[in-house]
Amino acid sequence: MIHQIPFVQLPLWVLITGFVFCILFWRYSKIQEMIATISVGLYLLAGIGLLVSVYQNGIQVLQVGKWAAPFGITLVADLFSAIMVLISGVLAFTITCYSFQDISAERKKYGFYPVLLIMMFGVCGSFLTGDVFNLYVWFEVMLVASFVLIVLGNTKPQLEGAVKYVILSFISSGFVLTGIGILYNITGALNMAELSIAISECPDKKLLSIPAVFFFMGFGIKAALFPLFSWLPASYPTPPISIGGLMAGLLTKVGVYALIRFFTLIFTHDVALTHSVLLIASGLTMFFGVLGAAAQNDFRKILSFHIVSQIGYMVMGLALFTPLALAGAIYFLIHNILAKTNLFLISGIVKETNGYFNLSKLGGVYKNFPLVSVLFVVSAFSLAGIPPLSGFWGKFILAKAGFESEQYFIVAVSLLVGFLTLFSMSKIWLKAFWSPMPEAEKKRIKYNSISLFKSKYFMVLSSIFLALLTMFISFYPDYLISLSEKAAVQLLNPEIYINAVLPK
Amino acid sequence: MNLIISLILGILFTASVFLMFQKSFFKLIIGVILFGYATILFLFAVGGLTKNAPPLISENGMEIEKMADPLPQALTLTAIVISIGVQVFVIVLLRKVHADVGTEDLDDLNATDRID
Amino acid sequence: MKTLILSTILKALAPLFLGFAVYMFFRGHDNPGGGFIAGLIASIPLMIHSMVFGYRATREKFRINPRLLAGLGLLVALISGLFAVTMGDPFMTSIWVEQKLPLIGKIGTPIFFDLGVFLVVFGVVLQITFLLTEE
Repeated sequence: MIHQIPFVQLPLWVLITGFVFCILFWRYSKIQEMIATISVGLYLLAGIGLLVSVYQNGIQVLQVGKWAAPFGITLVADLFSAIMVLISGVLAFTITCYSFQDISAERKKYGFYPVLLIMMFGVCGSFLTGDVFNLYVWFEVMLVASFVLIVLGNTKPQLEGAVKYVILSFISSGFVLTGIGILYNITGALNMAELSIAISECPDKKLLSIPAVFFFMGFGIKAALFPLFSWLPASYPTPPISIGGLMAGLLTKVGVYALIRFFTLIFTHDVALTHSVLLIASGLTMFFGVLGAAAQNDFRKILSFHIVSQIGYMVMGLALFTPLALAGAIYFLIHNILAKTNLFLISGIVKETNGYFNLSKLGGVYKNFPLVSVLFVVSAFSLAGIPPLSGFWGKFILAKAGFESEQYFIVAVSLLVGFLTLFSMSKIWLKAFWSPMPEAEKKRIKYNSISLFKSKYFMVLSSIFLALLTMFISFYPDYLISLSEKAAVQLLNPEIYINAVLPK
Repeated sequence: MNLIISLILGILFTASVFLMFQKSFFKLIIGVILFGYATILFLFAVGGLTKNAPPLISENGMEIEKMADPLPQALTLTAIVISIGVQVFVIVLLRKVHADVGTEDLDDLNATDRID
Repeated sequence: MKTLILSTILKALAPLFLGFAVYMFFRGHDNPGGGFIAGLIASIPLMIHSMVFGYRATREKFRINPRLLAGLGLLVALISGLFAVTMGDPFMTSIWVEQKLPLIGKIGTPIFFDLGVFLVVFGVVLQITFLLTEE
């Protein structure tokens, strides 16, 4: 019986079932907490199962409702999607555990857990869908849920940030929808595999750059590329850390996923044009993101600007468009999700020490809470790319790919940005961890090292879990790199994908 | 017919972008709604308009040239439902912002962008 | 906003709306109609009621929690899709009972899916209405 059920649908099932039961038990936030934990845990397991089965048996396809490929709804899991589903499962599980002690009871009462589950449902669907219009729908599911999460609690900064986030997301969805319309007009197809064929056979290649621009703008806003990123630092630092961390880790990466999917499978008709635009955008994204971070003085805002900067590296891997570069992009994506989310989680733990995110009011964490400092060092120096931590391997592969394709300028930019990243990480380290706490703030200290762990053990444990995963991909990078290389080969050979979705 | 639809689309997009660049919340809401309508109408128009034809093929497969494409309508319906949901959310959100922050000027919403 | 005209009309129209919703629901498979539109139509009388008599009066007449309805609807829709999986087909494949029943006609899993959609739309629209009229 079990072997008949394709693994593709399992992650979606567990999330939507969890959501339904959370709705049915709306008034009981304790029960919701249990349901959400179980369903996210099962989602993680389903992600592992999906990755294993894709790794062993090749691309998994499900034609929902038995309608054959170009006409029905298709769910496809190739290696890249399966990796993304698994990593989103890891993240969702960690964040759920973290949120037990981070999210206030009032926010839980207003439905934090069901909304979290439905957002993961949208994220997972975006990774697995094989149809451009369905991608738009999954994106909307994810976005509407994230709108609710970002205003949950109704504090003033949250509301202000949400206005920018909601309006710009709505505009980006409009761009995507416009792009879908033009694409359908040109090719008459919506299924990604069929689109890929139709575009390679399209007589008028110049016309295809128009939808490409619309998709670039639409997904670029969601992924926070250079001129389009201003909503991110305005909105992500406002909600509580569990929500901010999940969004920082995952949502922009869904935009990057969509960019990679579109610009490897569909828009490969004019690589010289489209991918050099991507390359320029990636360089500017890296540079301006890190400059923005250098000016900030708030823990979460520095991290938010770094999200923008790191997005640049992933898009750089896509823009170089060689197998090695794409493998680097995928490796970097995973490394970044783990390290960046963990930094957010740590900022939440540091805030527990005296109630501030502002660096000038923090201090003495190294002296009072050594464990937290170790966690920070692992993630921060991994993010900055200090060998032998995981960020180094990601940047190393990307730089190597850049040299091989003779794009020396972008490599120089990426190395410079690495230094600047190190600069702002050491700024946090110096101000919050090493320097003594300002005298005026000392009376606000609530915990010592032991009592912090005792009262916030779930928060610390989930941060340790992510740090261990970062250490694992740092010291044993071979597994993940070889996996990313396989995924990159699949991405660069669309025939494999097409043959799996549209069997002859 | 095509000319009229293109003109309407152009006017809708221009008006919506113009309104979204204004400072007032109310104009922003109208702008967002117009933008939603403009994209939906664009999707519908670009999907191909066929007048006086059913979205069906006769049994022997003839008369394919006189057939309306049903897909753009399905896409449009989905997009309408989604964008109405988002628009309602925007309206409620801006109402809440107006009540809590006490302003009706988008330029006053800069607390989260300040360097502190 | 107590208006005599609306409240009088409502008494006459409410059964009409509900009946029309049922009609729309059952003609949905081969003709225009279905769970979505039926849910919208069925919620209209309650929306007008809460606009005319206020939130409290409507909640006294309609005691079911709309959120519960929406959740149940999702569950029903999900289960209707799972039938196919137990028979080895992909998710959401429609399965029909061969024998035709009197009045209703043929019956199959799509009707349960439609019922789920009906409940979700009905519940969500009512929830929005109640939230907006609550103050």
